[in-house]
Amino acid sequence: MRQNIVRNVSELPTYGYGPRSGPWWGAIGFMALEGMGFAIAIGAYLYLYAVNPNWPIGASPPDLWPGTAEVAIYLLSIIPNEMTNRAAHRQDLAKVRTGLIVMVMIGTALLVLRGFEFAHLNTRWDNSAYGSIVWLILGLHTTHLATDVGDTVVLAVLMFTRHAKPRRFSDVSDNVFYWNFVVLAWLPLYVLLDWVPRL
Amino acid sequence: MAAEPRELRDDVLNGLQLSTQLERVWRTPSGFLGALMSVDHKVVGRRYIVTAFVFLLLGGILAILMRIQLAGPEKTFLSADKYNQVFTMHGSTMMFLFAVPVMEAFAVYLVPLMVGTRNIAFPRLNAFSYWMFLFGGCFLWISFALNVGPDVGWFAYVPLSSLQYTPTKRPDVWAQMITFTEVAALAVSVEIVVTVFKQRAPGMTLDRIPLFVWAMLVTSFLVMFAMPSIMVASTSLILDRLVNTRFYDSSSGGHPLLWQHLFWFFGHPEVYIIFIPGTGMVSAILATFARRPVVGYPVVILSLIATGFLSFGLWVHHMFVTGLPQLGAGLFTASSMLIAVPSGLQIFCWLATLWDGRPVYRTPLLFVIGFVVIFVLGGLSGVMVASVPIDTQVHDTYFVVAHFHYVLIGGAVFPLIGAVYYWFPKIAGRMLSERLGRWNFWLAFIGFNVAFFPMHILGLIGMPRRVYTYTADMDWAHLNLLSSGGALIFALSFALLLVNVIYSLRKAELAGDNPWNASTLEWATSSPPPPQNFDRIPVVKHRDPLWADNESLPVVAGLSAERREVLLTSLAEAEPQIREASPEPSIWPLLTAIATTVFFIGSIFTPWAVLWGTPPMAVALIGWFWPTGSKEDEE
Repeated sequence: MRQNIVRNVSELPTYGYGPRSGPWWGAIGFMALEGMGFAIAIGAYLYLYAVNPNWPIGASPPDLWPGTAEVAIYLLSIIPNEMTNRAAHRQDLAKVRTGLIVMVMIGTALLVLRGFEFAHLNTRWDNSAYGSIVWLILGLHTTHLATDVGDTVVLAVLMFTRHAKPRRFSDVSDNVFYWNFVVLAWLPLYVLLDWVPRL
Repeated sequence: MAAEPRELRDDVLNGLQLSTQLERVWRTPSGFLGALMSVDHKVVGRRYIVTAFVFLLLGGILAILMRIQLAGPEKTFLSADKYNQVFTMHGSTMMFLFAVPVMEAFAVYLVPLMVGTRNIAFPRLNAFSYWMFLFGGCFLWISFALNVGPDVGWFAYVPLSSLQYTPTKRPDVWAQMITFTEVAALAVSVEIVVTVFKQRAPGMTLDRIPLFVWAMLVTSFLVMFAMPSIMVASTSLILDRLVNTRFYDSSSGGHPLLWQHLFWFFGHPEVYIIFIPGTGMVSAILATFARRPVVGYPVVILSLIATGFLSFGLWVHHMFVTGLPQLGAGLFTASSMLIAVPSGLQIFCWLATLWDGRPVYRTPLLFVIGFVVIFVLGGLSGVMVASVPIDTQVHDTYFVVAHFHYVLIGGAVFPLIGAVYYWFPKIAGRMLSERLGRWNFWLAFIGFNVAFFPMHILGLIGMPRRVYTYTADMDWAHLNLLSSGGALIFALSFALLLVNVIYSLRKAELAGDNPWNASTLEWATSSPPPPQNFDRIPVVKHRDPLWADNESLPVVAGLSAERREVLLTSLAEAEPQIREASPEPSIWPLLTAIATTVFFIGSIFTPWAVLWGTPPMAVALIGWFWPTGSKEDEE
């Protein structure tokens, strides 16, 4: 079949930010399916809560301080996270590097704090269905957190190498976006794990 | 100061020069290692399709074994224990290793071509997805060969699948196979969504997207929202078995019905994950062979979306006999019946297309007509089992077996075989034999109905599912013998398909670019397509571009001709936005899949595998993402 050139796209950029880029939509897709995983786990928790006359089963509710401290750190982390995003949009390499290092430190601190949270659940995974579901949910979110911290570490290292090209700033922006989802996912889980047993 | 060297673009090359240059840039590296590194969606798609059909063959052999066992009363061809393994493997293979993967496989191959782009979004993830699917399937079947195959049904209900009642490794194999295949399916679903949202050809607005692509888009969303449920369920099961969690243990606050809720919240949308791509295939085939666009394009799309939504409101009809509250049963009866409406609307649109068209009755269209007949019968029995009183009577009888085979084989396998005949010329470059195809269709249609229609009657006269034999005084022998005979004829039809494919690959006539005079973009390139799919990205101005622009195809120029680039467009209007780099071939997706496989299989035997299995996965993932070897980064 003959071809008829009707437009030249050579002047288009080779990368973009947010909904213009492909990886941003990929992140949305993974947020959707991971968010659904959390929603299903929350549903399982509420189902077990509904069919058991006593809740928590054979345990006291989790100690509040680790989860609450995490909420505070998560919410505060949005500030350096967004500053990193703005630096990425300005393509300010020095500030992006600093921002990523700060975010790696925050993520690592949260992982350490998460260790304390497991220790302060006041139940083991094999004590009862209550113990099982809270360990499962916390485990899911910890995996979520750990993989994002790992991703941020790799990106931070990348930005200190010759690969720190302009289009990498778009990857940084997507990483910022994904972190916001990690934060957002934690908030309902915190209410569920720490406050529902106190109702 | 020296001027920057100008990048080689496709607007300065012509004809053969351009084709040669783009093929060099986009080809899969040669040799065995090169084949393992391929990220070409066509290579991955072909592998996916062939592998899924191998699993169909294996699952089909098991079906024949079951029908031989049940052909007469008190047969000893299979022991009760072996029968349990065989029906579990049959169901698991057909649902997880054939039906869903084969639909996604066709999408992996066809969607980028149909939307006019050069590769799927996230090609390395696509390659990883295939390896995970392959390793998961091999894991299941090797376990079966080693006599560790699962034997608790494809639904693995607790407490039967709990450690207490099945202390072997069989349910662990089943549960972990789920993880493999779900990882693969979820990856493909994200790729399809992003490919359709962002990589459509310029001008392919939302109301110009081909109906098969729409169907795969809706299916991908179903996968994304349904499959996490089975992952949570199977992970909980394996944790119960391995580290003594108590999700399903009623003595410690767990609840066996939680399993059924989680399983069927996935399991019913699963039916539509299989069926909706089938409807997309039907729409594509019908338009071409009726020689007119499908009647009611917006109605078909809205029906697809409505079916997708409603499919999440049906799962409880699998649990009517578990003693649920009546209000819930009523609600789920209503929604189960309601889903017949969008399905029915699509069928009326297809019938109107045939009625108003000038149909050419070639093999693909015969399979579509077979689909309509069988699926309508399956839908009617579906409305019956959606009703609590009828379901209570026929639950766990052969009536249900008949119903879901009518729906799944009618709704998915008949369109799929039609699709094989329809798209084989594009994939292989040669035509399938029409004569063998007609024999194929009639054997399949007759064999299927003889095999499965008697099961309705067997169910109504009380034959339960999942029994390995029955006594002569039950009066089920004649119908079972008939059913087994039909199954053999049905199996013969697949053997004929295989013969047709093997014969045609070697000796059939060359297909040419567009042998059916179809209207969608995959037919605008050569058969089989070159590595770059299109020398220049087409521009879409009509819903049926090849019928509207049959003399000259409008295209864009200006993409790089020295590195892999795809054109990204806006979500609704498909306006060009970005020329984005597409990843080069890489061995890392395979290495990541191997590391993940070791992790998953190891975790069946010891929880410590989670610890020692993580570092290799992390290393492989870093290797995957690190941009060494990327042409853009090497500049």
